[in-house]
Amino acid sequence: MNEFEPKVVVFRCNWCSRDGETSKMESAANTKLIRTMCSSRVDPSFVLKAFASGADGVMIMGCHPGDCHYLSGNYKTMRRVMLLKNMLSQFGIEPERLKLEWVAPSEETKFPEVVGNFTSKVKELGPIR
Amino acid sequence: MAKPKVAFYWCASCGGCEETVVDLAEDILIVADAVDIVFWPVALDFKKKDVAALSDGSIAVSFINGAIRTGEHEEMVKLLRRKSGLVVAFGSCAHMGGIPGLGNFWTRDAIFQRVYKEVPTVENPEGITPQVKTQVEVGELTLPEFYDTVKTLDQTIPVDYYLPGCPPPPDLIMQAVNAILKGELPEKGAVLAPDKALCDTCPRAETKPEKISIKEIKRPHEVELDLEKCFLAQGVICLGPATRSGCGERCIRANMPCRGCFGPTSGVEDHGAKGLSMIASLLGLEEEERMTEEDVKKLVDGVVDPAGTFYRFSLPASLLRRKRV
Ligand code: SF4
Ligand code: SF4
Ligand code: FES
Repeated sequence: MNEFEPKVVVFRCNWCSRDGETSKMESAANTKLIRTMCSSRVDPSFVLKAFASGADGVMIMGCHPGDCHYLSGNYKTMRRVMLLKNMLSQFGIEPERLKLEWVAPSEETKFPEVVGNFTSKVKELGPIR
Repeated sequence: MAKPKVAFYWCASCGGCEETVVDLAEDILIVADAVDIVFWPVALDFKKKDVAALSDGSIAVSFINGAIRTGEHEEMVKLLRRKSGLVVAFGSCAHMGGIPGLGNFWTRDAIFQRVYKEVPTVENPEGITPQVKTQVEVGELTLPEFYDTVKTLDQTIPVDYYLPGCPPPPDLIMQAVNAILKGELPEKGAVLAPDKALCDTCPRAETKPEKISIKEIKRPHEVELDLEKCFLAQGVICLGPATRSGCGERCIRANMPCRGCFGPTSGVEDHGAKGLSMIASLLGLEEEERMTEEDVKKLVDGVVDPAGTFYRFSLPASLLRRKRV
């Protein structure tokens, strides 16, 4: 049997990354990278749509608190993600399938690291129901 | 000229949508005068065979309320679709699944288990649950299949227009009927109600602060609700900002926040996600820079039952549609 390769969607804020990394990650198996101008641009419906379309995990990446390019977008993102997680569990979707990470452009190694860790976590959880 | 033929039908619904037709009061006489009602199970003694005998497309318009829960619902709406020029999804349940749609947080088995075996008032030692087919001495008895998942009307048949609301208010029904009689209908697929958010017409809009910051979520039974102040300004979840107007602000005028029965304005794909996003944005807004993650978590956990709150009327129409099992 083939090993389960989770399908992961990563929404990444434009300001918490450097160019170049994107293309590297996109080649990673089953990882779909979507760039937004701010983490707060990730409407909860984007997350639900990803899950409804068969994503096994969704990660949102934003600037560290206090560092949002638009000042406070990431605080909203934090609250939305928390509320979404509570709601996802009511839908029978493990809240761990949604992950918020803060990454700064200077943290070069952090990006592949957090995506890698998250992918393994989702792999443990198995395919979405 | 022959009067246009009209049908009313109900699927998984409470009867409120039938009641609202009665609430047309004297206006119902205008309707009854202008049209020929060929099918209306709650009020008139026509049968399925009478509908089947009509030629295809000969009913001008069918108003169908209720969600699709059983095989019988599906069969009847397919029949009505074939016989009708226009189909109007009437009320929240046909439009988005409505309250019966909350059944999508369970499964058929769980519902049968509870309703036919566990409920204290039920005596059912043999553990009998409804079966599609049952053999008895005199032959085979049948029942419509009870589906695992509740569907909206437009997930079952093509729908031309939507009359939103739980139930739709009489003035919007009359407007729709008049538009149909005059042939002055908007583009197919339209929701026959204004396309503005409820806050725009809310009598409390003036007390809605420019910047709302909710310090603690309060549920309606936990506070003495102010009669004039915007609910959000009182820390009570009101879905007005994410919900279509046109209801006459019925709940607000009865001092209850909007629960979203009119659904979203056009262009919004998922009503619940919109409501969730709106409420999450307002939580602790003023203090957001100083709050620790634990503070935020505590505030967010104050939204008890987020799925039921944000999808009270629209679970089957949502992106996820049902609980994963
Ligand atoms: S949030 Fe509710 S109470 Fe406040 S203005 Fe909007 S509809 Fe009215
Ligand atoms: S206030 Fe909201 S829930 Fe109440 S009737 Fe109007 S749209 Fe429906
Ligand atoms: S700009 Fe990066 S989170 Fe807002």
